[in-house]
Amino acid sequence: MRKLLNSLFITSPDVYLTLNGENIVVKKEESDIGRVPLHNLESIYAFGYSGASPALMGACAERNISLVFLTKNGRFLAKVIGESRGNVILRKAQYRISDSDSLSLLIAKHFIIGKVYNNKWILERMTRDYPLRIDLSMFKEVSRELSKNLIEIKNATDLELLRGYEGQAAILYNKVFDQMILQQKEDFFFKGRNRRPPMDNVNAMLSFAYTLLANDTAAALEAVGLDAYVGFLHRDRPGRVSLALDLMEELRGVFADRFVISLINKKIVNKNDFFVKENGAVIMIDEARKKFLKAWQDKKQEKIKHPFLGEKISWGLVPYAQAILLARHIRGDLDGYPPFLWK
Amino acid sequence: MQDNNEDEYLMLSGIQHFIFCKRQWALIHIEQQWEENVRTVEGQHIHIKADQPLIREKRQNKLIVRALPIKSTELGATGICDVVEFIQNDKGVSVFNSKEKYLPIPIEYKRGKPKKDDSDVLQLTAQAICLEEMLLCAVDTGYIFYNEIKHRVEVPISEENRIRVRKMFKEMHHFFNNNYTPKVRTGTFCKSCSLQHICMPTLMTKQSVSSYIERVLKE
Repeated sequence: MRKLLNSLFITSPDVYLTLNGENIVVKKEESDIGRVPLHNLESIYAFGYSGASPALMGACAERNISLVFLTKNGRFLAKVIGESRGNVILRKAQYRISDSDSLSLLIAKHFIIGKVYNNKWILERMTRDYPLRIDLSMFKEVSRELSKNLIEIKNATDLELLRGYEGQAAILYNKVFDQMILQQKEDFFFKGRNRRPPMDNVNAMLSFAYTLLANDTAAALEAVGLDAYVGFLHRDRPGRVSLALDLMEELRGVFADRFVISLINKKIVNKNDFFVKENGAVIMIDEARKKFLKAWQDKKQEKIKHPFLGEKISWGLVPYAQAILLARHIRGDLDGYPPFLWK
Repeated sequence: MQDNNEDEYLMLSGIQHFIFCKRQWALIHIEQQWEENVRTVEGQHIHIKADQPLIREKRQNKLIVRALPIKSTELGATGICDVVEFIQNDKGVSVFNSKEKYLPIPIEYKRGKPKKDDSDVLQLTAQAICLEEMLLCAVDTGYIFYNEIKHRVEVPISEENRIRVRKMFKEMHHFFNNNYTPKVRTGTFCKSCSLQHICMPTLMTKQSVSSYIERVLKE
């Protein structure tokens, strides 16, 4: 597997990004405040209003560096896409599958098998690591239910049924989510998912984590020549990276949820990192976002053994590995799409 | 490939990939995948000097032309000769913008040193076939300049190699027309392949996906 390169996060809104030779240069009021060689970079995330020169955008497109613009709160705005890597054959095969419910089902099922399996093992791991702090019998019960759910998913005969089983699995998992928060309980709790806008600290962090993850999976899909907008489980909707959201399902819990929970449990974030608006909407303050991104980068560098490839790779490369495996299945090299099954 | 359908022309340089690994060729030329590594960047670097199409040098009985676009209808291929030396010769042919008659000698620039396989030789042979077809003359020799030894090696354009080149382009066109990417045949050469991360050569020896899922779910 290739090496994972760095991500550059630009969090000050008043800088301008330019290209100088082989470097990205960060400018503030005409003076250079930072300079990084492009060949070290996997992706560049610009939060808030930051301008970037066309020359830099071109250089990123050429080198397959994803350059993404987000609002201060991490909501996706735009990204630079280069000439689509002419892999029209792969894309057409992808569209043919997407147009067929029965073919889509076969791949979509594996995304959801991955998701439910991984969530089950998040709970199992909790029962092993913190048997005295959680409602053990409830966790075991939910885990058993998820196992049953997995069998139903495997036998699902159409996409609607599959979505139904996925919904049931989500309800089960969300029921015990709050118990995984073991520290700072008065400031951090989970009563359910809300996102537009997030109404509590945990949801604010989950939203941010999912945005980052969706950008990573979209970039990975584009890099291997797939169309991130054409999905198998998520239906087409203009502007939605449906396939990136599909591929992300199996990583939501095991990467993003666990990450958010560990920030709370390790007390890397605290209640002062959040700001409550008049209507109860919660936003993360800039400092919190910086801490979050730093930890996110560290997490991506951690190594893990890929369950299908049997190879040690960094967490940050998992979306890329899965994107290649998906492309290889679509091109007929593999008999199915192997989900990332974590334990 | 007798018809003149230039849209279907393949890259001459692809012959190198094809000899190295048919799957690598298909990934690059059919699936349009590419990833730079040290070797590909070095390769580009040594071509900087050769890639100057607007310079034409005249030295005594030689006319030196760089970055000459070439093609062959017979092979259904197109590409660029790094350098072609036109040597004044009474048996030669007239070329555009010159009074004298010349015979062309293709010269290909390569990083590294002479290889064990004959991919460089066959690429040069393919260039010779193109030059013969475009200029209506015979090309019976060429050179490969190796950057590591800073030396050019003379290469005779043999009949046997011409036959092999024709056969290979036929096979490439067949794959190309069917959008067919051959499965991996792995080997030690996979380690030096610039596409190893995209191809994932170890995949083919892996368990099937269905048994992988069955096994993990049972655990």
